Amino acid sequence: MKYAPTLFGLLALLVWEAAVRISDVPSYLVPGPVAIIAAFLADPDGLLLSLASTLLVTFAALLVAAALGVMLAVGIASSRLLAAAIQPWAVVLQVTPIVAIAPLIIVWVGDPFASLVVCATIVAFFPVFANTAAGLASAPTELTDLFRLYGAGRIATLSLLRLPAAVPFFLAGLRISGGLALVGAVVAEFVAGSGGFASGLAYRILEAGYRLQVPRMFAALVLLSLAGIAINFGLGALASAIMRHRGDG
Amino acid sequence: MLRLSGVGRRFGTIEALHDVSLSIRPGDFVALLGPSGCGKSTLLRLIAGLDQPDSGFLAWEQGHAPKPGDIGFVFQDATLLPWASAAENVLLPLRLKGIPREMAAPEVHAALHSVGLDGFEAARPRQLSGGMRMRVSIARALVTRPRILLMDEPFAALDEFTRHKLQEDLLSLWQDLRCTVVFVTHSIYEAAFLARRIVLMTPRPGRIDHEIASPLQPGPEARLMPAYAALVAQVTHDMQRSMAV
Repeated sequence: MKYAPTLFGLLALLVWEAAVRISDVPSYLVPGPVAIIAAFLADPDGLLLSLASTLLVTFAALLVAAALGVMLAVGIASSRLLAAAIQPWAVVLQVTPIVAIAPLIIVWVGDPFASLVVCATIVAFFPVFANTAAGLASAPTELTDLFRLYGAGRIATLSLLRLPAAVPFFLAGLRISGGLALVGAVVAEFVAGSGGFASGLAYRILEAGYRLQVPRMFAALVLLSLAGIAINFGLGALASAIMRHRGDG
Repeated sequence: MLRLSGVGRRFGTIEALHDVSLSIRPGDFVALLGPSGCGKSTLLRLIAGLDQPDSGFLAWEQGHAPKPGDIGFVFQDATLLPWASAAENVLLPLRLKGIPREMAAPEVHAALHSVGLDGFEAARPRQLSGGMRMRVSIARALVTRPRILLMDEPFAALDEFTRHKLQEDLLSLWQDLRCTVVFVTHSIYEAAFLARRIVLMTPRPGRIDHEIASPLQPGPEARLMPAYAALVAQVTHDMQRSMAV
C-alpha cells in the first residue's frame, strides 16, 4: 500500500514513454519523460536558478501574507467595527483574478521583484486570513466564560486563549496559502515575463515556448510541480511538528 | 451570604426562570435538581455573574460581593486548554489574577494534590481519562481558594464507577475546605448523596418547587444507608408530583 503511489507514477511514466516512442510523435508536440530529463540536464543551472527566483518570490509572498493575515484577523477579532468594515472587502481580494490586475500592479509598483511579491501575496492572503479569523473565534464559550469569571482583560484572553486556539487553524490556512503563493508567483511571472522581465520559471516556460523547445517547457513545468509538492509537504510537516510539540495534535 | 429574590430571566419568548427566591449560607452544599430546561444552569450562571437577571435581584451579604477568584466554576465538560499541561491549566486562574508563577507554584501543587493528581503535572488533557480531566477542572476551580464553588452537572458525562469516586472525593473536599457548593444535577441519586439541601426545580417556566433538607450523615457509606434509600424515594415522589401538575 505504502509504495502504491510511487509504483503507479513509475508505471504511468513507462506507458507515456512507450506511447511516445511507438506512435513516433515528434518531441516538439509531446516529449516523453526521457526527452524531458535530457532537456533538464542540458541546462540544469539555468532552470534551477529560475526555480530559486520563483521560490524566493513565493516565500516572500507567503511570509507577507501570513503576517498581514494574522494581523488583520486579530484586528477583526478585537473590534466589531473593524470586522464589519473589513470583512466584506477581504472577499474582493479573493475573487479578483490576479491575471487581470497583475499588469496594473507591475506598472504601479515598478520594482519587478516587489511587484511579483505583491501579486503572489494577494493570491495567498485569503486562506491564512480567513482560517486565522475562524480560529480566533473557535474557543468554546465555556472557556471564554471562565476567562470572564476570573476578570481576564482583552489582551490576556487574546494571548492565553484566542491565539493558541487559532494555531491549528492558522497552520491549515498557511498550507493552503503556500500552494497559492506559488501559483500567484507563477501567474505574475507570466504577466511580467511577457513584458520582458526575465527571471522565474514562468519566464523559462514562455521563452522555451517561443523557441518551440517543448521538452524544456515540460522540464520547467515538472520543476514547478515538484516545488509545489515540496511546499505542501513541508508546511504539512511543519504543522504536525508544531502540534506534536504542543501536545494536542 | 447570598440571597436571590424574585429572580426572573427570559430568552426571547422562553421564560427560563420565574420568580426564583433562594438563600445560600456559608458552608452550604445545595443541589439544584430538575429535568433539562428547568433553568438550573441559567440560575448557576446568574450566581456566577456571567449573566444578569431581567427581574428580581441577587444580594450578596455586606462585604461578600465576589471578586475574581472568589467563585470557582466547574462545567459539564472539563473545558481545559488542550495545548496546556495539567499544571498550566490549574495555574490559569492565578495567572489571570496576575500572581507570579513562583508564588503560584505551591498553590497549583496543592490543588492537584487535593484531587489526587500528584505526578500528573506535565500530562496534557488528551493523555488523561475523562475522570482525570474532570479532576484537573476541579483543581483549577479550587486553586484560587474560592468561597463558593459552582458546579454544572460536572459528573454527568462520566461512567458510574468514576462518578461515584468523584462524588465521594468531592464530599471530602467540601468537608476539608469548608467552602460553599452549589451543584446543578439532573440525577436524583447524585443530589441525595451529595447535598445538604436539595432544591427541586420544574420546567416551563423554570422555577423552584420546594426544598428538602437531607437527614444523611455525609460520607461514602451514606449510599448503603436505609436513610439514603428513603431520601431518594422521597425526592422521586416529590419530583413526580411536581411534574404531574
